[in-house]
Amino acid sequence: MSAVPETLKFANDHGLHADDHGGGHHDEHHDTGGNTLFGFWLYLMTDCILFASVFATYAVLYMNTDGGVSGKDIFDLNFVLVETAALLVSSITYGFALLCAHKQQKAGTLLWLLVTMALGCVFIAMEVYEFHHLIVEGNGPDGSAFLSSFFALVGMHGLHVTAGLIWMLVMVFEVLKRGLGAQTVTRLGCLSLFWHFLDIVWVCVFSVVYLLGAM
Amino acid sequence: MSLLGNLTLDAVPYHEPIIMVTLAVIGVIGLAIVGLITKYQKWGVLWHNWLTSVDHKRLGIMYIILALVMLIRGFSDAIMMRTQLAMATNGAAGYLPPEHYDQIFTAHGIIMIIFMAMPFMIGLMNIVLPLQIGARDVAFPFMNNLSFWLAAAGAVLINISLGLGEFAKTGWLAYPPLSEMSFSPGVGVDYYIWALQISGIGTLLTGVNFLATVFKMRAPGMKLMQMPIFTWACTWANILIVASFPILTAVLGLLTLDRYLDFHFFTNDGGGNAMMYINLFWAWGHPEVYILVLPAFGIFSEVISTFTGKRLFGYTSMVWASGAISILGFVVWLHHFFTMGSSADVNAFFGVMTMIIAIPTGVKLFNWLFTMYRGRLRITVPVLWTLGFMVTFSIGGMTGVLLAVPGADYVLHNSLFLVAHFHNTIIGGAVFGYMAGFAFWFPKATGFHLNERLGKYSFWCWQIGFYVAFMPLYVLGFLGMTRRLNHTNNPDWNIWLYIAALGAVIIFVGIVLQFVQLYVSIRDRKQNPDVDGDPWNGHTLEWSTASPPQFYNFAVLPKVHDIDAFTDMKEKGIEYQAPDEYMPIHMPRNTAAGMQIAGAAGIVGFALIWHIWWLAIVGSLGMVVALIARCYAKDVDYYVEPQEVAEIERAHLASVATVKEEAL
Amino acid sequence: MSHSAETTAHGSVKSYLVGFVLSVILTGIPFWMVMSGHFGKSVLFYSVVSFAIVQIVVHLKYFLHLDFSVKGRMDTFAFLFTALIIVMVVGLSIWIIYSANAMMM
Repeated sequence: MSAVPETLKFANDHGLHADDHGGGHHDEHHDTGGNTLFGFWLYLMTDCILFASVFATYAVLYMNTDGGVSGKDIFDLNFVLVETAALLVSSITYGFALLCAHKQQKAGTLLWLLVTMALGCVFIAMEVYEFHHLIVEGNGPDGSAFLSSFFALVGMHGLHVTAGLIWMLVMVFEVLKRGLGAQTVTRLGCLSLFWHFLDIVWVCVFSVVYLLGAM
Repeated sequence: MSLLGNLTLDAVPYHEPIIMVTLAVIGVIGLAIVGLITKYQKWGVLWHNWLTSVDHKRLGIMYIILALVMLIRGFSDAIMMRTQLAMATNGAAGYLPPEHYDQIFTAHGIIMIIFMAMPFMIGLMNIVLPLQIGARDVAFPFMNNLSFWLAAAGAVLINISLGLGEFAKTGWLAYPPLSEMSFSPGVGVDYYIWALQISGIGTLLTGVNFLATVFKMRAPGMKLMQMPIFTWACTWANILIVASFPILTAVLGLLTLDRYLDFHFFTNDGGGNAMMYINLFWAWGHPEVYILVLPAFGIFSEVISTFTGKRLFGYTSMVWASGAISILGFVVWLHHFFTMGSSADVNAFFGVMTMIIAIPTGVKLFNWLFTMYRGRLRITVPVLWTLGFMVTFSIGGMTGVLLAVPGADYVLHNSLFLVAHFHNTIIGGAVFGYMAGFAFWFPKATGFHLNERLGKYSFWCWQIGFYVAFMPLYVLGFLGMTRRLNHTNNPDWNIWLYIAALGAVIIFVGIVLQFVQLYVSIRDRKQNPDVDGDPWNGHTLEWSTASPPQFYNFAVLPKVHDIDAFTDMKEKGIEYQAPDEYMPIHMPRNTAAGMQIAGAAGIVGFALIWHIWWLAIVGSLGMVVALIARCYAKDVDYYVEPQEVAEIERAHLASVATVKEEAL
Repeated sequence: MSHSAETTAHGSVKSYLVGFVLSVILTGIPFWMVMSGHFGKSVLFYSVVSFAIVQIVVHLKYFLHLDFSVKGRMDTFAFLFTALIIVMVVGLSIWIIYSANAMMM
């Protein structure tokens, strides 16, 4: 024990672990799950503004094609429709996963999580294919301000989706190993907010970039 | 491909004597500090009680230490610039060649805004806000620790740039095309980008953390319109952080893509548009200055009401005025680039909006004056800073209204008039506020008083020095001198440059006196303890705790019924009441995970700056692994047993009793 | 935002399905309108934007369960404030840059 004054005694001086505690009376229990979800929602609001900034950049640069291709030349709306379907369906399959989690149904949760991941992977695979195709054709992001904006905006969304898929994989392991305790369900709740938010951003992407671009 | 990317021994600036001497001095001081810690065997204390702490009070103190350290570097830049300009008159070259000078004014701006003012404000907010709302900590204590270490990682990067490579030479705004690869091929702009991005993430997390805290963790009964005014001011600032920092992340990210992957957002070729950088940058930049000044306004409200003994006049209008300033702060940013090519309609709209912001600011000023009216104002150090602010900031605000006229701005944009204006408001507003807050809450945070006499001397040096240093710049602006000049050749300007240099020296004396004050106060701390935790007869809940506060803040969460909750308790005679029994208190454990994640982030930044790609990948994986490990850590919290709580509370109540006895 | 335990399985499954069907419709129509080639640019622009906004509201209500209940109010206010900021920043940015571009011609 260090010679530290009483009021400066610190966390690591205390041997009692939270699990050791009798679980009996303790003080006012604030809704930590609720706080976490609210905090995560606030973070998502900042992510909205991040996307909005890149959207604004796209809006002012999409006509700067530097003599090269424009949206009309490179967008395949059928392709985008399939991507959109994959992501939209994955939104409700995640919703089903969360419903199972709230009902403590481990098997259902895992099943729907995996379905969601599969659909998410389809989305990402298609997007990677689209990007690769454009790059080998000579229409990579270094081609013009329009192409830079396109790759940055759509790519940033794709990176978010990829991060979500990695997170989902980690959650699958967490549910397998730890079950559906309060902390796990809260985390699934946060991921749900994230996943739905990404679908909302995609609505803006397919509308502003692809549909308006292909007009 | 070299293992160290572009990094070679040539990166060390051997041929710059000023830098090499500075590095040597830093090295010596660093070794001395390490030696002292080792000698007194404090590594354990440092690690367990401070570096790994998730306690908002500890983190707040560390933020302020970071700010004071960076103040030294930022002010050294200022002194160097003033002496250069005083020497390089009549066509003389001075002692700082342009390629060095340009890095100095860039670093000065970035350091003072991002690594001095922001950490200072965030530090004060950390120490005070949870106590003011009667909470035991912030909503996410681990994330709070992570935020601090991300800020520190950014500071470390910008300091490394002094000894390895160079810093940006673009000015603190880093406008393209100058900041693009074609015109800034070196590592300077990359240091700038990564220092800002890494610390920016930390700041964003702080905003999220404190908003969740304020909206979810107030003491029972405390309605939003009963929160202390400093807490409200910080809440608006956090709303601004959350809304504006993502714009900075985006615009720096786009510049990064231009520089690293040959994108064309802001380049001259490929259809890029540099104006979009300027537009987005200031869409962040303007809210940023309100982030800095609103908490300072909150501090002034607390100080005036405490030292007049009166309730703050017009609390409701203060809250709404801060809200108006915050929201309006999002529709004025073009006033930073009136001259850069938009139409008269656009300029007129933003000019009018900018002037409108002066109105809620005026409301606040009148509220402070009315609070003082018929009060008995005790002239303490915090009050001196506040009075100084009222006069100084008002002048700065008025010059801002002048600049808000687009026609006038066409003459004054980027002149020294502008430089004088923003220093007037940032120093007179934000810095004076933080100094007042520092003096006001120092006893609470540390348990002993600051030396009052040295505090007053340093205030007067700052106040007089400020006027001597910056009023000449208004004159120089009207005389046509622009900013960022390395040398001048206009005899009319000389006298003003000499006076301004003198002013910088006077401020320097003020800063030295502040460090002397710290030394003397720490040395004499046993003779000047803050015994009962309420040295000023304060109004709000932080003053009900011990000094320094019990590590869990409140043994029993206070029930709040009114504004100025502590005064309310005193009036009802129910302050300092011990309950019949104490409950166990749930507390978070310390952790090294924040340091690990932020450290990895710093490594990623450094690796990207020098194009050491393998290290960037390793660092990124390290961040992810450290984060996931933290998410699955099991030993993250514990309970404080009632017995221990009772002992600590008894000691505090006994101290309070001795002070009351002495008063009788 | 937090799914209360009281929501019946039925009610919440319904929420996702209703939202899904509406989203399919709100996606299909603008895609069809653009791909068919029958419509003028102005009509397409306003239609695509309107359908997008409506679909976003559908997602917010049926997938994210945003409402004005006591529990969920703060989340909704946070979103509305964010939306306000986005409209101001994006709208004014576009005005500024288009104006500057026009002055360059």
